[in-house]
Amino acid sequence: MTERVYLFKGFERFWHWSQAALIIFMLVTGFEIHGSFTAFGFEQAVGYHTIAAWTLVGLWIFAIFWHLVTGEWRQYIPTTDKVVAIMHYYSSGIFKDEPHPFRPTSVLKHNPLQRITYLLILTLLSPLLWITGWLYLFYADWSTWGLSALQLEWVATGHTIGAFLMLAFLISHLYLATTGHKLTSQIKAMITGWEEIETSKH
Amino acid sequence: MMSKSTRVALAVCLAGWMGFAALGSASAEEPKSVKLNTTADHTKFKELQREFASGPEVTKACLTCHTEAAGQIHRTKHWKWEYKNPDTDQLLGKKNVINNFCISIASNEAACNSCHVGYGWKDASFDFTSEENVDCVVCHDTTGNYKKPSGLAGNVVTKDMEFPPGSGKILKAIDLTKIAQKVGKSSRDTCGSCHFNGGGGDGVKHGDMDSSLAAPEKELDVHMDASGLDFTCGTCHKTSSHDVAGSRYTPTAKDAQGAHLRGATDNGNPATCVSCHGNGPHKEEARLNQHATKLACQTCHIPEFARGGIATKMNWDWSTAGQRDANGQQITRKDAKGHITYESRKGDFIMAENVKPSYVWFNGQVNYTLKTDKLDVNADLTHINKLSGSPNDGKSMIWPVKRFGGKQPYDTVNLTLLTPHTAGNDDTGYWKNLEWDKALQAGVKVSGIPYSGKFGFVRTQMDWPITHMVAPKEKALGCVECHARDGRLAGLPGIYMPASGSNPQLDKLGWGLVLLTLIGVLGHGALRIVSRRKA
Repeated sequence: MTERVYLFKGFERFWHWSQAALIIFMLVTGFEIHGSFTAFGFEQAVGYHTIAAWTLVGLWIFAIFWHLVTGEWRQYIPTTDKVVAIMHYYSSGIFKDEPHPFRPTSVLKHNPLQRITYLLILTLLSPLLWITGWLYLFYADWSTWGLSALQLEWVATGHTIGAFLMLAFLISHLYLATTGHKLTSQIKAMITGWEEIETSKH
Repeated sequence: MMSKSTRVALAVCLAGWMGFAALGSASAEEPKSVKLNTTADHTKFKELQREFASGPEVTKACLTCHTEAAGQIHRTKHWKWEYKNPDTDQLLGKKNVINNFCISIASNEAACNSCHVGYGWKDASFDFTSEENVDCVVCHDTTGNYKKPSGLAGNVVTKDMEFPPGSGKILKAIDLTKIAQKVGKSSRDTCGSCHFNGGGGDGVKHGDMDSSLAAPEKELDVHMDASGLDFTCGTCHKTSSHDVAGSRYTPTAKDAQGAHLRGATDNGNPATCVSCHGNGPHKEEARLNQHATKLACQTCHIPEFARGGIATKMNWDWSTAGQRDANGQQITRKDAKGHITYESRKGDFIMAENVKPSYVWFNGQVNYTLKTDKLDVNADLTHINKLSGSPNDGKSMIWPVKRFGGKQPYDTVNLTLLTPHTAGNDDTGYWKNLEWDKALQAGVKVSGIPYSGKFGFVRTQMDWPITHMVAPKEKALGCVECHARDGRLAGLPGIYMPASGSNPQLDKLGWGLVLLTLIGVLGHGALRIVSRRKA
């Protein structure tokens, strides 16, 4: 038996997909700037990366506002409840067709493992990318800001580490999106807002 | 009776005559075609309406009006060929330094000093206090006919003469009266008569200065563009009291003062890019101004030197000099383009056009290896001049340089550079007799270097900051010239450049993590498929 739950509101879906597009685009342009391959040409890549960065800043301003106003920020409060069960599910239960130990609702749409992951991204990975990225953009002003001791290489290394972590997250995120009731259930949910979830086994 | 056609012809002739007459009277009323940048027509000066038998006679005439000019010249490097660097206390100037081109002027004055702004400096007896020995015309000639032939110690030829004596070669006399009556401001040609030919030939020494700059196109030099901005050398090397601004002994590597203000008391060196363009010249792209905090303007805006079709010398190996052909004659070898690659009297050369510069951190301080300095025999090579600089001294910028290599004689016992007597129609001149020992003995007698009698050849290197031949902005270096693996600045310390692949360790770790993640999810997915099939 399955039921349909409304998980993702319109703004959330817009935020998710535009952010996804921007992050993928910034990974492409960013790794081109890093010298990993040639796609747009270095000069273009720098320009695009900068535009995408400011666009993402704008998007985040809206997203933060939305989360605060709607109270949706509570979705990211970490919990240890059922964490072990969920880890057990992904490492064993999923292969035996066991039910997922967590049932999302519109009030609790992320399972505890997701919560921790997203919280880590929000509190560690994002700040790493944002802070190093901004420093990179305002390299010329370091001395005026009293940051003369800062080395561009440290900032660049931090930014690159962030990019590799983001790419690793993207890969696992894309894969885990296929682990819903059906291969496409979670992806559909992110498009339509409605997710089909199992209520009981067969 | 006149035929109709005859009358017409007469009428045409008459009209023609009248027209001619009218033209003549008009030109008599119009102002003389004196250059608009001067208030004096030197043809009108009684002092110049006479014959001149020598250069100093012209100078005496100049000084009757320009009473202080010679005194001003006396204070300059152009006159003294001597300069004490206040930062290093080294006594420099052409009189003292040794380079790895023609090596030294000592004992070769008659030839080298044809580029001195004076007459008659043939040896140490030259009177540096003499006013009439100042050569005004070499900088102020506008005719292009003024010549100071090599071998005459800066003197000019006023009667045809055979030179060297017995050679059958005739040096033509020049008309000093005409030249003196047409003096004017200095020009690319007057400066170029010496500075284009440094090192003994067109473009040889500098690489960014050769005769292609006499009337360059915009592509070659955006400022000197003869049909555009048409700068002379003096437009940037703005001069007062005959003291020409700009120096290779104490260059301005970083000009933090910004654009110069008219009337300000201390404006510093007027020949820098910044003195006109300021420190934030890129209006559209702020990122380029960021670059300009570390890069000299020249680094991006002079993509290559020797771009005007004239090759510059990149290497000079004196150690191979002295070969003769089967008949005992001196040899000259040329490459496919006609550039000389070997001369018996000079050795092997490497010539090149359109050369990408080398790049160094440079703070304006240059240290020379002087004739008194001991060479480090364990070193790879001897730096004729060493450009100081580092990424974190706050005074350095990344500069393009022409890196000139050489091999030249040194004393293997005393471990000092040696100065051969090269030019000269005498028994000891190397260029005539190809005998090193005689040439070195004669040379050091004048330069005063103690010589053990034992010599060898040492590898030397000299760096020439590149600052001329500024390309139009469309031709400035693109990002990827440097932002690439093995880009132009590869190997320079203290810079992090995106896309230069400077941290392979980080890349290994990063891509390793990405690969592991990929393997992880693919493995997990495969297990899911397998387990579903079983179920």
